[in-house]
Amino acid sequence: MSRRGDWVYENNGGTCVAIAGADYCVVAADTRLSVGYNILTREHSKICELADKCVIASSGFQGDIKALQKNLAARELLYQHQHNKRMSCPAMAQLLSNTLYYKRFFPYYAFNVLGGLDSEGKGCVYSYDAVGSYERTGYSAQGSGSTLIMPVLDNQLKSPSPLLVPARDAVTPLSESEAVDLVKDVFASATERDIYTGDKVEIVVINKAGTRREYIELRKD
Amino acid sequence: MAGSMELPTKGGFSFDLCRRNAMLEKTGHKMPGFRKTGTTIVGLVFTDGVVLGADTRATEGPIVADKNCEKIHFMAPNIYCCGAGTAADTEAVTDMVSSQLQLHRYATSRESRVVTALTLLKTHLFNYQGHVSAALVLGGVDVTGPHLHTVYPHGSTDTLPFATMGSGSLAAMSVFELKYREGLTREEGIALVAEAIRAGIFNDLGSGSNVDVCVITKGNTEYLRNHELPNPRTFVSSKGYSFNKGHTEVLSTKITQLKLKPEVADGDAMEE
Amino acid sequence: MSIFEYNGSAVVAMVGKNCFAIASDRRLGVQLQTVATDFQRVFKIHGKLYIGLSGLASDAQTLYQRLVFKHKLYQLREERDMKPETFASLVSSMLYEKRFGPYFCQPIIAGLGQDDEPFICTMDCIGAKELAKDFVVSGTASESLYGACESMYKPNMEPEELFETISQALLSSVDRDCLSGWGGYVLIVTATEVQERVLKGRMD
Repeated sequence: MSRRGDWVYENNGGTCVAIAGADYCVVAADTRLSVGYNILTREHSKICELADKCVIASSGFQGDIKALQKNLAARELLYQHQHNKRMSCPAMAQLLSNTLYYKRFFPYYAFNVLGGLDSEGKGCVYSYDAVGSYERTGYSAQGSGSTLIMPVLDNQLKSPSPLLVPARDAVTPLSESEAVDLVKDVFASATERDIYTGDKVEIVVINKAGTRREYIELRKD
Repeated sequence: MAGSMELPTKGGFSFDLCRRNAMLEKTGHKMPGFRKTGTTIVGLVFTDGVVLGADTRATEGPIVADKNCEKIHFMAPNIYCCGAGTAADTEAVTDMVSSQLQLHRYATSRESRVVTALTLLKTHLFNYQGHVSAALVLGGVDVTGPHLHTVYPHGSTDTLPFATMGSGSLAAMSVFELKYREGLTREEGIALVAEAIRAGIFNDLGSGSNVDVCVITKGNTEYLRNHELPNPRTFVSSKGYSFNKGHTEVLSTKITQLKLKPEVADGDAMEE
Repeated sequence: MSIFEYNGSAVVAMVGKNCFAIASDRRLGVQLQTVATDFQRVFKIHGKLYIGLSGLASDAQTLYQRLVFKHKLYQLREERDMKPETFASLVSSMLYEKRFGPYFCQPIIAGLGQDDEPFICTMDCIGAKELAKDFVVSGTASESLYGACESMYKPNMEPEELFETISQALLSSVDRDCLSGWGGYVLIVTATEVQERVLKGRMD
């Protein structure tokens, strides 16, 4: 619980998107860091590579995001020393959930998407709320522009209902380059209408060859 | 209760719904926000006139409601006014004063003066004690020379050689404070105004999109709508989203043919 | 909860090539409870002019009745239909009259003007006009609609393509909004005909 009576958080804006494919995962976030009507910096990375096939993108309060990502990276290092292997993405997903819920009554003000490849090499995306409720999905958007982006992703990638028996794969039908194109387009669209999204998108593509990073410019106003 | 009886209104505000709305507010419903022009607006005086400038973004909270709105309002042929604050208020207050000025011109057969516009604006705003939230930069050239004023929502005014208003006013003012001097030429004036607006567009999230400029000199007004377009969309999907016919499930369809306009066979069509 | 969210709504209008489309959802709710699934939010003023009213349902209906009344008087006086621009100014001034005790409605006005030039426009609840060349949105699903339209809209669409685009934008947006949905209602207006379609959507 907050020891101070007042609001101890700040919203630094930003949008994160992740899309899982059959053998790849795309994780993207814009690089604007803002508060109120001010831009603090135009090149702040919201994406952190936690393991070789697992990256996290977070928006919310930058201080909490930094602390959370640092904490997760440290836990991953301990895991490496103890088990002599890198942490898998599903394991990191559970760890992140536990880490968030541990602070249930004074939460990290961070909205996360976790993307990577699972043990079979399939793309996976995990989407969270601030206190650790999580779900494996085919795609996800978090942050200030998520309400603008989500319907477009739904429309293009509609995932099967989680209630179906037997459960069906949530991965999207798009190829890797199509997914990257879609990500670029939804960010360009969100930037047109959301004042907290802009400057640049950082796109991380994870596939069996490894991770690749690319940037495209967005509007700077 | 003129409103509910649909009698012709006498003008002015109607407070019919205030009691109901206050009741709704008491039952825990939040009153809605209005569309704001987050805005950078500026103006400066140069050797033989004034230059006004504005960005073109209108916001509703964190969402851009209009990417290319007009914030430089017409007051008189020789007077224009930039508006910041609640969009409806700036629009309405400038429209009202503009028509009062027109009537005044009809009555006096003289060009409107900037001070007349200024007085009309400030009396209206002062009467409403700041509830009509319009922050204005008023500029024009009249028989007494070029004038630039700022008007605050409570009705106070300033007379300045260069002025900025709105959420981007600090960003724009930093440019003016650095580079403004007396005796600017027309081109220098336009360039400086555009630079100040750009400072607002890029550094203030409430301002954005394009640069509008208006140059008023003795006997001539030039409205440079979208003088600069520094923010094009950066990425357009190569294949786009195309939906085939029949993609959407339709429950029922009703098609109504519209009557075509009757053609007038001979003689002039009636003046509409 | 804002009073705009009391009944829930989604209205959108788009411009195509010599035509326009205006669409709305069909839900009427009281907060989270759904009361009706065939609610009208798009109203006809005349054959080529429509208004969509999002926000509080009672105010939407009241405002619509007053607008029809004023338009009928105009027709009797002038023996012609109102131009969309004129009508937009009428709505704007009616809303601004109640600046300090507003109707809780965000109108969208869409019509064909002289030479069948499409015209769309939206306002906030106190009549700040916003003219657009592409699309306008309002209601509880407005953020989703902004995102969807911003991606899906293309200039100069033919009526059929315009219908598919506006329908897809509407349906995918209302599916992400708890307070709107339950099917859709779309009007495509060209110079010669009006196509009125009811869309099948998720009913949950």
